[in-house]
Amino acid sequence: MNVLEVAKELSLSVVVPGEGAAREIKGIYCCDLLSIVMGRAKADDAWITVMSNINAVAVAVLADVSCIILSEGMEFDEACKERAEMEGVCVLSSDLPTFELSRKIDLLLNLS
Amino acid sequence: MNNTVKLHYIVDGEDFTRAGEASADVKKNLRKLGVPPDVIRKVAIALYEGEINMVIHANGGVIDVEVSPECISMALKDQGKGIEDVEKAMQEGYSTAPDEVRSLGFGAGMGLPNMKKYTDSMKIESTVGVGTNVYMTVSIS
Repeated sequence: MNVLEVAKELSLSVVVPGEGAAREIKGIYCCDLLSIVMGRAKADDAWITVMSNINAVAVAVLADVSCIILSEGMEFDEACKERAEMEGVCVLSSDLPTFELSRKIDLLLNLS
Repeated sequence: MNNTVKLHYIVDGEDFTRAGEASADVKKNLRKLGVPPDVIRKVAIALYEGEINMVIHANGGVIDVEVSPECISMALKDQGKGIEDVEKAMQEGYSTAPDEVRSLGFGAGMGLPNMKKYTDSMKIESTVGVGTNVYMTVSIS
């Protein structure tokens, strides 16, 4: 199941589709401090965060996560969306808190 | 890939939103050169942390990257305020970043430890008031 199919299944909003159709979620990583994400998120993780500034896009690219999922109703501004589009980063969002989001994804994909 | 490829970047010290451009460009170049994805990821993360450090602490600097068939060598040089205690700066969680930087999600004291974690060798030369040079290599194997 690719990232966009997961988004559809769980009713997550697609903020920027990016390369979401070509990526799979192989794990989940939740954290808002970018350096910790860089050090510990694995490639192909879905990264769930409330950190909605433009540096989050750079971190997603460099850490090679499968998507960014903004929790708690956080939103990207236009500059962030543009950067994500340019870099092919898939960005999803939801009003759910981080824990509930990760639980739902785990139940769907049976990752743990 | 027979020859050494050299890349040079100037990191703008003023603009946080542009930090990461050099790392992203290196990543693209390494992909084109056929470097394995796990090696690319290590290089990209280590370089990005270095770029962020230059923006936070040193008002920018220069990055030189050399790609040979055996390894990727990176040299990051700035003329910032230098690191007073390199050993302390290498500890996870130690940070001198200002609050505005922390509010952007940086300044967790993970930058230098991450750079060490993702590279095969790392050397820091720093003089307070003069600047800092960081040399890192990642092997391609």
